[in-house]
Amino acid sequence: MSFPWAQAYEPKAPLMKWLDQRLPLPRLVWNSVGGGYEVPRNLNYMWNFAVLAGFALMLQIVTGIVLAMHYAPAGDLAFESVEHIMRDVNQGWLLRYAHANGASFFFIVTYLHIFRGLYYGSYKAPRELVWMLGLVIFLLMMATAFMGYVLPWGQMSFWGAKVITSLFGAIPLVGEPIQAWLLGGFAPDQPALNRFFSLHYLLPFVIAGVVILHIWALHIPGSNNPTGVDIKSPQDTVPFHPYYTAKDGFGLGVFLILFCATLFFAPNYLGHADNYIPANPLSTPAHIVPEWYFWPFYAILRAFTVDFILPAKLWGVVAMFASILLLFFLPWLDTSPVRSGSYRPRFRQFFWILILDVLILGWVGGLPAEEPYVMISQIATMYYFAHFLIILPLLSKLERTLPLPNSIAESVLHGEKRESVPYGVQAKPAE
Amino acid sequence: MVRLLGALVGLGFLLVLAISLVTGITGFFREPPTETIEHKFHQDPKHVSFSFDGPFGKFDRQQLQRGFQVYKEVCAACHGLNLVAFRNLADLGYEEAEIKAIANQWAIEVPDINPETGEPTMRKAIAADRFPNPYANEVAARAANNNAMPPDLSLITKARHHGPAYVYSLLTGYQNPPANLPKEARPGQGLYYNPYFPNLNLAMPPPIAADGQVTYADGTNPTRDQMAKDVSAFLTWTAEPFLENRHRTGIAVLLFLLVATVLAYLSYRQIWASRKH
Amino acid sequence: MATVEHTDGTAEAAPPTGGEGHRRRDFINVAAVSFAGVGGLAVLYPLINQMNPSADVLALSSTEVDISRIQPGQAIKTIFRKQPVFIRNLTPAEIQQANSVPVGDLRDPQTLAERTRDGKANWLITMAVCTHLGCVPLGAAEGENRGEYGGYFCPCHGSHYDTAARIRKGPAPKNLEVPEFEFLSDTVVKIG
Repeated sequence: MSFPWAQAYEPKAPLMKWLDQRLPLPRLVWNSVGGGYEVPRNLNYMWNFAVLAGFALMLQIVTGIVLAMHYAPAGDLAFESVEHIMRDVNQGWLLRYAHANGASFFFIVTYLHIFRGLYYGSYKAPRELVWMLGLVIFLLMMATAFMGYVLPWGQMSFWGAKVITSLFGAIPLVGEPIQAWLLGGFAPDQPALNRFFSLHYLLPFVIAGVVILHIWALHIPGSNNPTGVDIKSPQDTVPFHPYYTAKDGFGLGVFLILFCATLFFAPNYLGHADNYIPANPLSTPAHIVPEWYFWPFYAILRAFTVDFILPAKLWGVVAMFASILLLFFLPWLDTSPVRSGSYRPRFRQFFWILILDVLILGWVGGLPAEEPYVMISQIATMYYFAHFLIILPLLSKLERTLPLPNSIAESVLHGEKRESVPYGVQAKPAE
Repeated sequence: MVRLLGALVGLGFLLVLAISLVTGITGFFREPPTETIEHKFHQDPKHVSFSFDGPFGKFDRQQLQRGFQVYKEVCAACHGLNLVAFRNLADLGYEEAEIKAIANQWAIEVPDINPETGEPTMRKAIAADRFPNPYANEVAARAANNNAMPPDLSLITKARHHGPAYVYSLLTGYQNPPANLPKEARPGQGLYYNPYFPNLNLAMPPPIAADGQVTYADGTNPTRDQMAKDVSAFLTWTAEPFLENRHRTGIAVLLFLLVATVLAYLSYRQIWASRKH
Repeated sequence: MATVEHTDGTAEAAPPTGGEGHRRRDFINVAAVSFAGVGGLAVLYPLINQMNPSADVLALSSTEVDISRIQPGQAIKTIFRKQPVFIRNLTPAEIQQANSVPVGDLRDPQTLAERTRDGKANWLITMAVCTHLGCVPLGAAEGENRGEYGGYFCPCHGSHYDTAARIRKGPAPKNLEVPEFEFLSDTVVKIG
């Protein structure tokens, strides 16, 4: 679908006309990311991160494919083959550092993309499926990243694989058989390494497929915007190209500067020193942590320390999975008709508390499981669940929202001055 | 319905977390966590600067050669370098003939198979060989070292936090245990006190024991500090031999990206110039 | 390059810019897109170059072989750059047979002297790779078919090589290739 005022694709060159009648690929591009896709004119820089996440996915696929040409998924060769890439393969160090840091940057832009959706209510009707498909992408990314981290077969790879697969061992009755099934053995070894490599190669293409669905679902209602009000007229929108291609080009430049600065001057900053020690099944590193992008979830996992009806281990595992799965229900937990946090003063306060809370979870998740960090993680985990399961549903009933602009164009062109009675019903006009 | 169930689930988690938290707090006050001995006596690596620090950093070839000499004469007896080949020494400024001589005269030979009989045998190393391991396997290494495994040094500066500074601090950090060190943390038989080592006591005897332990070919005064610094620099090269290439490429790439991003910004502003947003 | 003159009749569209501004505007857009193109091309270099032989492969580009135990009339196969090499100690009869062939009649004219080192004409060192499509010819081991010209015979497509490993009959276009080699001593030869 697109808006009635969107420019139709009109091939000019004879070749393009010929192609359009047979394989309308240029038409598809034009309508998806070209002049034929109308986008709200008021998108801010927070809307850059979708394109950047797409770029990061392509970067990971391209660098990953060339790394796979040199990597050997064999227990006694994996570590050595990674060092072979670093030392002997032409520009191998560049490709491998780009892939390793690319994963981190993929998560950075994805987290920003998710928090943008949370703030501006992009998960609300009619975009529930966009949101849910995005969460599917996020879950697939986590699985891919986890399996990728196992491949270098360093100490953190090995013990990460051991710890994460042990999570499944917490499931009553079937847990241990599932763990053995995942690993193809009783501890991570050759079978696990080989299947993780296979799946690590496969899943990015599944992600790319879900990304297409995510974009498809988005293009039905069109993009959300900072005011959260629907697109109503041609004055509300601009064509994606050249307006947002240019803006995304600039965003990509900034992203690449930060990415390359890390890649070339601090390539191991986001990694962990222990992973330069070959895997040793007989000795656990003193302090094992997953990669930084899992730290908030790792903190939730470790926050449950008491057996209460269920064993503490199971509580932790259930809560960790629940912390992500509950996001699938977000469109029905937060029922406020106002999308954008800019018009929900109370919501906005709690949103920033949530951001702080997740940062705290990430911080304690990277630290050893010692006091007082465990207590901090318990308090932060309480807030996390309370925010989504209790505060948001209550807020959507109780909150007095600010008056909304009548249209995107009005908010852009006339600032806060309004032409007619705004949407905010009972609320008195803002001063 | 979703909200009701969600609230119940949320309250369930909150309850269990609250119980965990209360248990934690009471435990905290009943038995306040005591500072571990390691935590109290362990020291962060010393501050030391190297020529390869910073985005413009380069290796000092003379220093790398001196560090290689220290490795050869001091470390190589126990520690392998099995990811580095003799041919890589060309990076340090050695000529091909010198590298061949170094490989040929290396004290440890390379395992091979006798082409006549098929029996295992040893041969002289060649330039294409990696540095041979001092021990045939881990069991042999442990047996020869009081059950402590001397780690391979190829990646040691990347496998430890603050790599080069850590190696330097460890090498120069041997000292008598402080008087207030509890009895159970005092070095036992065959162990040496070193506050830069995570466990405080390590099985490696002080490898760089005296000034002048090696005689540098370039006439640099071989103080203990100098030798420790040089070998730390050398081990940084073994872990990241492409460091200079990385720095050089990085500068060029960033300069290019800065210009490209400024252009992209100007282009973006031009395109949006007629649009209020 | 994208046109920037999208007009959809919105009320607040700025008045059209003059010619001077227009040219500058285009210049910046062209420059930005050009930079993106150059950057994209530069990225291709490592992606392509990574498939070239790596440093450890190139390091094994020479092989030293002890030839003291090869008797006249015998040949051995050894490995150079992961490819087989023939080292043959020619008998005087084989040398004479090779020298008696009129060079002009050959498909790939070369004398035995051009294919060996001065004073060591009995040491014929060639790649054991048929110049047709890369099979390993027979003739090095005792009792193998040495072809109609007493040298090597490639069974894949029937190329016959003579005692100087020159192509005489069959589809192969060239003589068996002589790699770079030098005698380090009377008994050790370095290939590569």
